[in-house]
Amino acid sequence: MSKPKVFEKPIGVKDYLPGAVAKLRHIEREVLACMQGWGYEQIITPTMEYYDTVGMASSTTDKKLFKLLNNRGTTLVLRSDMTAPIARVVASLLKESAFPLRLSYHSNIFRSIEEEAGREAEFFQTGVELVGDSSADADAEVVALAIASLKAAGVERFKIAIGHVGFLNGLFEELLSGRKAEQEELKSCLLGRDYVGYREKLRSLALDASVQGELESILRLRGGQEICDQALQLRTNAEGRQSIRHLCEIWDALKAYGVCEHVLIDLTMIGDFSYYTGMTFEGYAADLGFPVVSGGRYDNLLAQFGRPAAATGFALKTTRILELLGDSEETELERTLVLYNGSGRSEALSEAQRLRAEGKQVIAERCTAEELERLYKDFDGRTYTFKGVRYNALSAFVKGGDRV
Amino acid sequence: MSEQILKVAMPKGRIYKQASKLFREAGLPIPSDFDDTRKLIIELPEAKMEFIMAKPVDVPTYVEYGVADIGVVGKDVLMEENKDVYELLDLGIAKCRMSVIGMPDWKPTINPRVATKYPNVASAYFRELGQQVEVIKLNGSIELAPLIGLADRIVDMVETGQTLRENGLVEMESIFGITSRLIANRVSYRLKNDAIQGLCDRLQDTISAKL
Repeated sequence: MSKPKVFEKPIGVKDYLPGAVAKLRHIEREVLACMQGWGYEQIITPTMEYYDTVGMASSTTDKKLFKLLNNRGTTLVLRSDMTAPIARVVASLLKESAFPLRLSYHSNIFRSIEEEAGREAEFFQTGVELVGDSSADADAEVVALAIASLKAAGVERFKIAIGHVGFLNGLFEELLSGRKAEQEELKSCLLGRDYVGYREKLRSLALDASVQGELESILRLRGGQEICDQALQLRTNAEGRQSIRHLCEIWDALKAYGVCEHVLIDLTMIGDFSYYTGMTFEGYAADLGFPVVSGGRYDNLLAQFGRPAAATGFALKTTRILELLGDSEETELERTLVLYNGSGRSEALSEAQRLRAEGKQVIAERCTAEELERLYKDFDGRTYTFKGVRYNALSAFVKGGDRV
Repeated sequence: MSEQILKVAMPKGRIYKQASKLFREAGLPIPSDFDDTRKLIIELPEAKMEFIMAKPVDVPTYVEYGVADIGVVGKDVLMEENKDVYELLDLGIAKCRMSVIGMPDWKPTINPRVATKYPNVASAYFRELGQQVEVIKLNGSIELAPLIGLADRIVDMVETGQTLRENGLVEMESIFGITSRLIANRVSYRLKNDAIQGLCDRLQDTISAKL
């Protein structure tokens, strides 16, 4: 590769200019305040972690991890999510803290870029982890908080789809008992969203017509609470039934939160089986082709750090939410220009300080007395552009004389 | 949100006519005079749809980014592009197959070369067979490659085999069967589920009736 041009950046990373930063900070503030209102305290963890600890424990596939070597030759990773670092903290620094723990974060995340659409190498996530509570109420709290967070971020039209990994496990164990390889193939079709492949695979298994019918029918298990009732009609084992009951309870709790209009149950939605252990969910906003939030229960992760505990949480894809919000969200700041010439300086600068103390944004610029006279005459009392910056208030100072 | 327009990425050319015929058979009001149009966006208000006329290989990209809710695309493109989309339905149209093709007197060579429009498909296939081949990406007239000595074999779509026969080539192995598929964006599939599921069901009934 040739040497990059001076303004080039590595692929997949971005600069954020003032307008975008203002929006991003706005989202961050609103969402973290919302999370704090629910009792979640923000934590910050390092950008770098050991590959052998957090890197191995994270749900990110190996090839998507940014790896680097430190000066001792140990492999480090740039954090690829916040869940694994938080699990590490919960099992070490917060070892003595009683469960449940409620933690929130807003952080940049790194993924070695893939060819898939919409993937960035560095992006922002805002999320929570609720550690040490395995109840349906904990799952519902996290879903309800995800909904509240999306609203706080300014996303108006969205849906959250909830599923449960135990449902498919139970169904497959019951109907394809002992046929592990086939179960895996079917799951990988569903994980790859390949419904044609799933149906073809089913047909190739030469199953009993009723079994095939049941396994095909799950592709339609999407909707409201009635889906749980339909799912309970299917033959499944204890794990499967338990999963559905758990989902029903989450639904009841979400009804109590009054947020069911945003929620649908989707039993075909499956997350990564090796990571999630229970309820999983994804949120979708109108006008955006990619999910804006994802989360679920991961009861096996904390054990990898030596403090086994149930845990559930979610991450908002903050960078994508940024794309969604129009410019209307931006409230234009009131900006005052204080113009002065040499002899007006002390009055001008103390006036600027006084205005700043009132919370106004004030820029002080020096110019000649003639220029100042002319500019003051041109000001129509509403907006003014000086050296490329727009102002909506003006104070001018000449030779100690004060004119506003 | 039920009144929203469903945006459909349609492949221009060969597959479009068969797909629009299938859609019409499923009872969707799609005028046949669009079959030869040069318009890029066709509004179909009666069907609550909008067709985006795309180059076939770009259909999964439009759908993955969500600028189209659903799309019609060949399995060959899906295998090659590997996009994150739902593959909902086998439409059973534009049937053909992906095959390895060579000269009738083909013998293994020391440095085998394979020319193709589908480099990902071709290299995955030979890798899984444990064969080391050099894959050469071409954009058209793939059959030329073995005739003029650029490659000793090619990987390409075979429909009737007419072109192969006329050029003295033979189909050596078939890799997988190809038909057109209905695909959907991850978000649209949830947010416009009623419209997409409804369309799926109508198409499925039409396809089943033909079998």
